Amino acid sequence: MQEAIAASDIHKRYDETVALDGLTFAVAEGSIFGLLGPNGAGKSTTVKVLTTLTTPDSGEAAVAGLDVLNQGAEVRRRIGVVAQASSVDEEATGRENLVLQGRLYGIRGRELDRKVDGLLERFGLADHGGRIAKGYSGGMKRRLDIAMGLIHDPKVLFLDEPTTGLDPEVRAQMWAEIRRLNAEDGLTILLTTHYLEEADQLAERLAFVDRGKVVVEGPPEQLKAELSGDTVAIEIGKSVNGRAVEALRGLAEVRELQALERAVHARVDDGAAALPALLAALSAAEVPVAAATVARPSLDDVYLRYTGRSFEQAEQAKEKNDDEGSDR
Amino acid sequence: MTATVLNSFDMTQRWMRALIRQPWWIAITLVQPIIWLLLFGALFKAVTEIPGFEAASYNDFLAPGVIVMASVFAAGWNGMGTLEDLQRGVMDRFLVTPVSRSPLIIGPIAQVSIVIVIQSLIMVGISLAVGAEFPGGVHGIAALFLATVLLAATLAAFSQAIALVTRQEETLIGIVQFVVLPLTFLSACFMQLDLAPGWIQDLAKFNPVNWTVEAGRDATSAAADWGFIFERIGLLAILAAFSIWVATRAFRSYQRSV
Repeated sequence: MQEAIAASDIHKRYDETVALDGLTFAVAEGSIFGLLGPNGAGKSTTVKVLTTLTTPDSGEAAVAGLDVLNQGAEVRRRIGVVAQASSVDEEATGRENLVLQGRLYGIRGRELDRKVDGLLERFGLADHGGRIAKGYSGGMKRRLDIAMGLIHDPKVLFLDEPTTGLDPEVRAQMWAEIRRLNAEDGLTILLTTHYLEEADQLAERLAFVDRGKVVVEGPPEQLKAELSGDTVAIEIGKSVNGRAVEALRGLAEVRELQALERAVHARVDDGAAALPALLAALSAAEVPVAAATVARPSLDDVYLRYTGRSFEQAEQAKEKNDDEGSDR
Repeated sequence: MTATVLNSFDMTQRWMRALIRQPWWIAITLVQPIIWLLLFGALFKAVTEIPGFEAASYNDFLAPGVIVMASVFAAGWNGMGTLEDLQRGVMDRFLVTPVSRSPLIIGPIAQVSIVIVIQSLIMVGISLAVGAEFPGGVHGIAALFLATVLLAATLAAFSQAIALVTRQEETLIGIVQFVVLPLTFLSACFMQLDLAPGWIQDLAKFNPVNWTVEAGRDATSAAADWGFIFERIGLLAILAAFSIWVATRAFRSYQRSV
C-alpha cells in the first residue's frame, strides 16, 4: 500500500523550546491515523509542518507523494486542513466563508455554488448558511471548519484536535462524520487528539507522541495486546506510596509495577484472581486502600509503559509548565 | 497570474463586506476628517496673514493637507485586520490553500483605498461648501487622490508587515502612533514649508507624506507643474510596490515562527 504521509526525522525548535525532536511516522493511503499525545507533545507542530504552514529545521516529509518542502504549492492543492482552533471568519456568513475558501482553490461559478450547497446540507448548516458565523455554536463552527477543509475534494485531510471543547453528543456526531469521510469518500485522515478514547475509536493505526518524538506506533489493538494480562489500579494516599510499592514488589502475581502520585498500577495475568493477594499484602503493610479496579489494558497503560508517566500526569505537567496557553 | 488577480478581488470583496457590516465604524471614519477640516480651518485661519504665505485662503491650502492626513491615519491601522486574522486562525487557513501571498496583502489595502477615496470626496465637497477652491479642476483632484492612495498603500502594507512580524496589538499600536503624527507634522500638511524651520524642511524632503501633499496641492492649484507631479506620483508608486513586496516577505518571518 502506498504512503499518503511520510515524515522522517523532523526537527523543529522555537527559540529555546524543542517542539519536534526527530519525529518519524508514515500513514497508509486511505487509512485513519491517530497522532496521540498530551498537550505540548508536538502534535500541532507536526500538522503545521506537514501542511506547509511552517518549515522544519531539518528532516523530510512527503504528503500525497509530494515533497512538503519543495512542492508546497502542489501539496496545498491536495490537502484539507482543519486547525485546532476554529478558523471561521466570524464577520462573514457560513456561505461566504465557504465561497471564499472555494475561490482560493480556483473553484468558481456554478460548480462552486453546487459544492457550497452540498457541504452546507451535509454538515447540517443549510438553514444557517445566510447567518453571520459569529452567532454559530461551537459545534456549528467546527462543522463549518471541516466543510471548508473539504471544498476542493482533497486527498488527505488533517484534523488537528477536531473534537476538543465539544460536548459528548456533538463529539459522537463528529466521530461518525470522520468515519464516513474515510469510508465513503476514501480520504486519508491524519487525526491528532489528546483523547485516548477518540484515537482508540477512530484510528486504524496510531502513534504516541511525547516530547517531539514518536515513542510507540501500531494498531490500537496490537499496542494493547502487547501488554499482556490485566491492570490492577489501586488508589492509595500520597504519603504511603513508597510503602505500597515495597509491599507489592515481592508478590509472585505481579509482573510489572508502576507507581503514580496517588496510585499504584500492577500488571498481573488474571486480575480477579490476584486482587485478594494484592490487598492482603497492602493490608499487612498497613497501607490504607481507597479503591481498587481491575481492567483490561487501555491506551493509557500503553502510554504509561512507554513514557513512564500516565497520560493525565503528562497533561497536568504541561499545563503547569506553560500557562501562556499557546499550544504547539 | 490570473488566479492572483481574481483572488485579490475576492479578498477585497471580503474586506469591503466586513466594513459595510459596521455602519458605526463607517460613520466615525467619515465624520472624523470633516471635524479636522473644520477645526484646523478655524484654528489656523490667521496663518494667511504671515508674510510670505502664498495661498489666499487657508481653506484652499488646508484641504489637500487634511485629505492626506486622514489617509495616513486610516492606512496606519491597516495591520489591525491582519492581527485579527492571525489571532482567529483565518490567516493560517488561507496560508495552507493555494492562494498566493499578494492577494492577502492587497485585500485590506484595496479596502482602505476605497474608504479613503470616499472620505476624500466628502472632504472636497465640504471644502467647496466652506469656500475653498480647487482651481486645478477634476484632473487636479484626481492626481491628489492618486498620490494619496499610493501613499496609503505604502503605509498600509508596512502596517501589515509589522503585524505579521510582531503579532502583537500593543506593538502595532505603539509603532503606528509613534510614526503617524511626526510624519504628518514634518510635512506641508498644515504649513507652507519655507516658513518652517530649516531642519523640518530638510527632513520633509525624505518624507513620503510631504511628497504626497506637495504633489496634491500643486495639482489642485491654478498653475500645476505636471512634470513635478508625475515625478512624485512615480516615486510614490515605486514605494508602494516596494512596501507590498516587503509585506509579502513578512509572511516568511511569520511562517518560520508559527
